Amino acid sequence: MFEDMVTARYYEERLQEEYLEGKQPAFDISAGPIPGELHLAAGHEAAAAGVCRHLRDSDTVTAPHRPHHVAIAKGVDLKRMTAEIFGRRTGLSGGKGGHMHLFDPDVNFACSGIIAQGCPPAVGAGLAATKRNEDAVAVAFLGEGAISQGAFLESLNLAAVQKLPVVFVVEDNDWAISMPKERVSGVDDGSQRAGGFDMPGVRVDYDDATAVYDAAKEAIGRARAGNGPTLLEVQVHRRMGHFMGDPESYRPDEDKEAAHGRDSIERLAADLRAAGLEDDDLEEIRERARDRVDEAIEWAKDQPEPDPEEAHEDVFVNPPSGATTDEPAHELAETGGDD
Amino acid sequence: MAQKERQQAVERELTMSRAMVEAIAHEMRENDEVFYMGEDVADYGGIFDSTEGLLDEFGHDRIMDVPISETAYIGAAVGAAQRGMRPIAELMFADFFGVCMDQIYNQMAKNTYMSGGNVSVPMVLTAAVGGTYNDAAQHSQTLYGTFAHLPGMKVVVPSTAYDAKGLMHNAIRDDDPVVYMFHKRLMGIGWMPAPDGPKTPVPDEPYAIPFGSADVKREGSDVTVVTLGLHVHRALEAAESLADDGIDAEVIDLRTLVPLDTETILESVAETGRLVVVDEDYRSHGVTGEIIARVAEEGLADLEAVERVAVPDVPLPYARPMEDEVIPGTEDIETAIRSVRS
Repeated sequence: MFEDMVTARYYEERLQEEYLEGKQPAFDISAGPIPGELHLAAGHEAAAAGVCRHLRDSDTVTAPHRPHHVAIAKGVDLKRMTAEIFGRRTGLSGGKGGHMHLFDPDVNFACSGIIAQGCPPAVGAGLAATKRNEDAVAVAFLGEGAISQGAFLESLNLAAVQKLPVVFVVEDNDWAISMPKERVSGVDDGSQRAGGFDMPGVRVDYDDATAVYDAAKEAIGRARAGNGPTLLEVQVHRRMGHFMGDPESYRPDEDKEAAHGRDSIERLAADLRAAGLEDDDLEEIRERARDRVDEAIEWAKDQPEPDPEEAHEDVFVNPPSGATTDEPAHELAETGGDD
Repeated sequence: MAQKERQQAVERELTMSRAMVEAIAHEMRENDEVFYMGEDVADYGGIFDSTEGLLDEFGHDRIMDVPISETAYIGAAVGAAQRGMRPIAELMFADFFGVCMDQIYNQMAKNTYMSGGNVSVPMVLTAAVGGTYNDAAQHSQTLYGTFAHLPGMKVVVPSTAYDAKGLMHNAIRDDDPVVYMFHKRLMGIGWMPAPDGPKTPVPDEPYAIPFGSADVKREGSDVTVVTLGLHVHRALEAAESLADDGIDAEVIDLRTLVPLDTETILESVAETGRLVVVDEDYRSHGVTGEIIARVAEEGLADLEAVERVAVPDVPLPYARPMEDEVIPGTEDIETAIRSVRS
């Protein structure tokens, strides 16, 4: 769990460095080796690590548009994920998806750039497991800003009435881009939403990875045993802007400082030291994580870019004949127009 | 023409976002019933600067941040509009329409018709459109054709600051639902540099540009290029480049898709005989097909050659070489113009 968390944190630090390359001095979102938006999850690691420790490759995870920490905890291929973020041909999606749209079917991981829209597919994965009599479960991750979305609420209901093996994990970092939680939700504790669907609702405070682990163990165990869904809200914190380049002018300084004051990784490190681990042991784990991340990033940067023509592939698995759209210009003059 | 004279008379240049905001602020001062509602529009000022500075003047009651719940707040705008208010609701990215399309196309767009004209929905739905910044398939679409295809909404696509202001005044004053689609790359946002074109002189005073009046952005006698949004600027660049080779292209900026100014297109094609339609939306079943169909229906005798330049029918890819491949560039437009000339 600790290794997943430090890997995710260091991975995002390295991505941040790479992302900013070429975008200075004036920030230009489309410049540099990593183009497009980049949403980092520094401060969210406890949620992903604590939950995914209980998952197998055959279990499904759907992540939101801030997916890296979840992907790492779920065991997504780090090199190919990195290549995807750099827009390379050997990336998970051949450069078509990018950082918000990572798909690794080997470990049943998917994500979406649209708020809360990973919830219904997670319900579907749970439905498939039930119909096939498998003990696989599905976990949908979302932010607390997403709990007002119809797709989330409808998914809770469907999972509840069908008693499906789904766990909804709300990562509560207090901010939906510029909107503080108290202005987007009538309740402070989002897990209360579960009550309306007669489903267990659990909240874990203080970025506490161990407590997340315990709560997730119970929720996933319940799902796997055929006892239906759980809504688990986990307090995390946001260490940076919503996306890279977000000036966060809407956010009070005290709030930023408070977020940096409660680091889930430091909290878990303290717990581990209290349990008898030495600093050297922890440093060894950090070192291993850094090596793995650096290796993935170096590998990804060496990968080739896709050929432009590859853009036309993969619209369909089974392309219909005549699907091509680049026919030559039609010369009406030659056929005489309307004469 | 009057518009050009008026533009030439002022020296003050604005970005497209400043021009939009100026029109909104003016209409809000004039009419207490106008308010703006959306995600990150108040304290943030709009992710694409669509509401920058409005909170300071109008406060949270009239520049309203809302939870991430497009069905609820866009539907609420419909309801408030039916009660006679004039809401502006922002859908942050046009790509997100899928989470709330019922409120847009079954409620906002159809209630006037279904009520036999007894109910009106005087609201504006604003949405950012467009790619060219490698944000992949869920954040880069233009979807002009989708909105224009469904009856009941007027669809506006400005390409310059001057047009953005005049069209916004008209949109807010219009008694029908208007979808106002602004291209991110034209707004003049700090982190997404705009080409030179969209920043234009903008008069201080309010002025309304009527819907259904396409604008001839460049006059020419050899080929008619019809386009909108970002691609007005790419078409102009292509036309300037071809002028060195003695090809004189006329560039028509549609400015609104509903209503569509067929007359201006037909008049131009009657002169040039050659038509190129350029769109950042998907190629099939969309704007390019519609324009060509109208010219074929009403001006076939004038038409000697035609070509369309659009996104082939693929979702927008992330990696730069592939995005460049599918989004029409200046060179693609040049090639098409040469092709209809040959």
